[in-house]
Amino acid sequence: MEWMYLVPALPFLGALLLILFSGKTGKAGVIAIGCGSIGIAALITIIAGWQFLQSDIPAYDQHLWEWLRVGDFSIGMNLRLDALSLAFTFVITFVGCLIHIYSTGYMADDPDFARFFACMNLFVGSMLMLVLADNLLLMYLGWEGVGLCSYLLIGFWYKDPENGAAARKAFIVTRVGDTAMAIALFLLVQHTGSLQLSVVLERVQTLWNTGDPTVVWIAFLLLGGAVGKSAQLPLQTWLPDAMAGPTPVSALIHAATMVTAGVYLIARTNIIFSLAPAAQAAVAITGAVTLLLAGCSAWVQTDIKRVLAYSTISQIGYMFLALGVGAWSAAVFHFVTHAFFKALLFLGAGAVIHALHHEQDMFKMGGLRKSLPGVFLVFLIGSLSLAAIPFISSGWYSKDQIIWLAGVTERGSSWYAWAAVLGAFITAAYTTRMMLLVFFGREQTHVHHKPGPEMMIPLYILAICSTLAGFLELPHTLGHFAWLSEFLAPVLPAPAVLHADVAAEWGLQAITAGLAALAIYLSWRLINAPFPKEAGAFLRSGWGFDAAYDVLFVQPFVRVARLNRKDIVDKIYTGLAAITRTFHRMMSSTQSGILRWYVLGVVMGAVLILSVIIWRHSL
Amino acid sequence: MISPTTAGLILAGILFTLGLISMLIRRNIIFMLVSVEIMLNAAGLAFIVAASKWGQPEGQVMFMFILAMAAAEVSVGLALILQLYHQLKTLDSDEASRMRG
Amino acid sequence: MGTAFYIAAAVAILSTIMVITRYNIMHALLYFIVSLLSVAVVFYLYGAPFMAALEVIIYAGAIMVLIIFFVMMLSLGSQTAGEERSWMTPGVWIGPSILCLVLLGELVFLILQPAGPAGEVRVVEPKEVGLSLFGPYILAVELAGMLLMAGIVGAYHLGRQKKKIVHRFLQTPES
Repeated sequence: MEWMYLVPALPFLGALLLILFSGKTGKAGVIAIGCGSIGIAALITIIAGWQFLQSDIPAYDQHLWEWLRVGDFSIGMNLRLDALSLAFTFVITFVGCLIHIYSTGYMADDPDFARFFACMNLFVGSMLMLVLADNLLLMYLGWEGVGLCSYLLIGFWYKDPENGAAARKAFIVTRVGDTAMAIALFLLVQHTGSLQLSVVLERVQTLWNTGDPTVVWIAFLLLGGAVGKSAQLPLQTWLPDAMAGPTPVSALIHAATMVTAGVYLIARTNIIFSLAPAAQAAVAITGAVTLLLAGCSAWVQTDIKRVLAYSTISQIGYMFLALGVGAWSAAVFHFVTHAFFKALLFLGAGAVIHALHHEQDMFKMGGLRKSLPGVFLVFLIGSLSLAAIPFISSGWYSKDQIIWLAGVTERGSSWYAWAAVLGAFITAAYTTRMMLLVFFGREQTHVHHKPGPEMMIPLYILAICSTLAGFLELPHTLGHFAWLSEFLAPVLPAPAVLHADVAAEWGLQAITAGLAALAIYLSWRLINAPFPKEAGAFLRSGWGFDAAYDVLFVQPFVRVARLNRKDIVDKIYTGLAAITRTFHRMMSSTQSGILRWYVLGVVMGAVLILSVIIWRHSL
Repeated sequence: MISPTTAGLILAGILFTLGLISMLIRRNIIFMLVSVEIMLNAAGLAFIVAASKWGQPEGQVMFMFILAMAAAEVSVGLALILQLYHQLKTLDSDEASRMRG
Repeated sequence: MGTAFYIAAAVAILSTIMVITRYNIMHALLYFIVSLLSVAVVFYLYGAPFMAALEVIIYAGAIMVLIIFFVMMLSLGSQTAGEERSWMTPGVWIGPSILCLVLLGELVFLILQPAGPAGEVRVVEPKEVGLSLFGPYILAVELAGMLLMAGIVGAYHLGRQKKKIVHRFLQTPES
């Protein structure tokens, strides 16, 4: 465990090496540095995790150095490994390593191979910093670091202006949330005098009663930050556009890890949210509404990556719903399974896109079941998890837990449960539609080249993981096994279940399973059914959020900018320059070359000076 | 009654101003040189008057320096005028304004 | 102040006015010699007989004669005088004259300010001047020597009649 600092340090070091020696190491060197650093970090994480499980300590702290000190206020470069950060660290390094290996195949033909791996390494390092930080400022550093890497990687193919625009959109929209989070941190410093998580969470409990306005404000602002990063309503608009980046980026950053930073933040500060019921309800409502809206949008997309993007938004909505009802560990559980199966789906989609020579339109795919059997198999496993098919998919175990707890916990409500059930139905429907369009039917585009082993092996590993990860926790109805919740118990309190009714749980599971089956059947039958055109366009654009924001924010801003087109502030400086130029012209016109004028100038100067002397003399 | 110093200085001032006027209104470059001589002479007069007021030799010393300078100035100035006259075929100083910076 | 001073001063001023109003350069130079001679008288009256002699010998004798010979060498005649007349329009001379008169007014105003005791004219012997020149001012004397040397060399170099080399910027279109 004492090697823990290497976990974030190695990716940073790798990024630094890649940046410094970019273009001099050769492709093999880039792969060795890029994948090697993440791989060793993953190994250290596994060893450290094993040691952590063996020991009884609730958290392992590692003090590296003092970062900054202002009076009594000190921020240390401290890492803290506890159950929650271990779960996140494990997923980040493990999935990150697999995606790095996959990328060596996917990005093999890209001229900016080294830059890609440098950014990816930087991202992994920042993300690890985020989850391992023991104070909120260090966490904010990682938070902004991953935002930067997200920007760099969305705009990776920067020669297309649209990609640059998508990158800027992602950066600016998340910045809205980051600002809220920064204000929350200021408030916490003001009231608790510290940013160290353990201290803050301890003082918060003594400082405020449940529902105190200050703590509610802080919780809402933290929620703002989480919403921005995790692409929840109302800041979800950046994520679908973020699919402009390379597919491994979408898999790692915009599905498995970075977008769940918001989940991590709320789970980490769960005590604050427990003290602010209004904010926690807002978390739940945000999650419930987001999962429904994003699910509907995913239903009608034509681009395979956008389907998965909306699906990600929807699944993170589930996590928020779980956080909102106080089922902290359920959210983390869904994060783990989601990271596996969504990374699997994205990488599978990437394999398809790669094979079809960068074709992303699902309506131009089809019949790939025969030409890409390996990809079909793993994609099917991922889809089963996403659609939450009972018993055999990890997604079912985690989602079922959320659906059940959404209804029965103290802060839950049957409305949440029904929204989640409806969301599950929609999820199954769009997943089936995607499977049918891509892998069944008539072949429309010829397979360009088949993915190599470096792409397929990570897919197989992820497929196994996304099947087995579900068995970390079993529902009550299938025997009481809650290893992950117990593991997380020191950090995340167990949900306050009000009325645990086994029969009701069976019933809910039956309804969910039945709806999923119905969704698959209906999708199968209605795959070619006409869809109302206007409604389709509306849903495809993500419920018109972009258009609304354009009208509400962008256009007024553009109008203000246009008003100030002449740049009033700048006028002062251009005015200064103009005055100088005028004087210069006046002065240069006196350089006439006519000697008498020069003498005249001297005489006038003499008259002036003597006048001044006389004037002062006569005073 | 006006004191000798004042009278001498006023005379120097008048002569100087006359030289200055000449300098300003003339275009002939030899006239301008002569104007400079008038002004130098006026300045020398002022030094002599000051020397006699204080009874000190410094004023006269300065006049001797002015004299030496005037001699050097005239010799170089005339050589320059000669060159200019060869170049421009005129003594009009405004013709030399093509050298404007 | 004696009558001699006023006469000499009047002669100096009048002859200088004649200098600046003449169109013929030769006349102007001769009037200027008269002006210099009267200024020499003023020097004498102010107790500087040696300087008066120098004024006559060097200024009137050497410098002015140099200029006169120069003018004669260039053989500037009536044609220059006509040119001079055509340049001298009231528009040209009124403005600068007024400005210079303002300057003169200011000078006179400052000179008339009471400053220190009004002393009588004191004679400064040439011997004193010589002691001062070759005592504290020896460095300045050497500098003046260098200046004259430079003047000689410069005059020789510039005044040399050489093959006409026209700088390309000064080339007139017709040449």
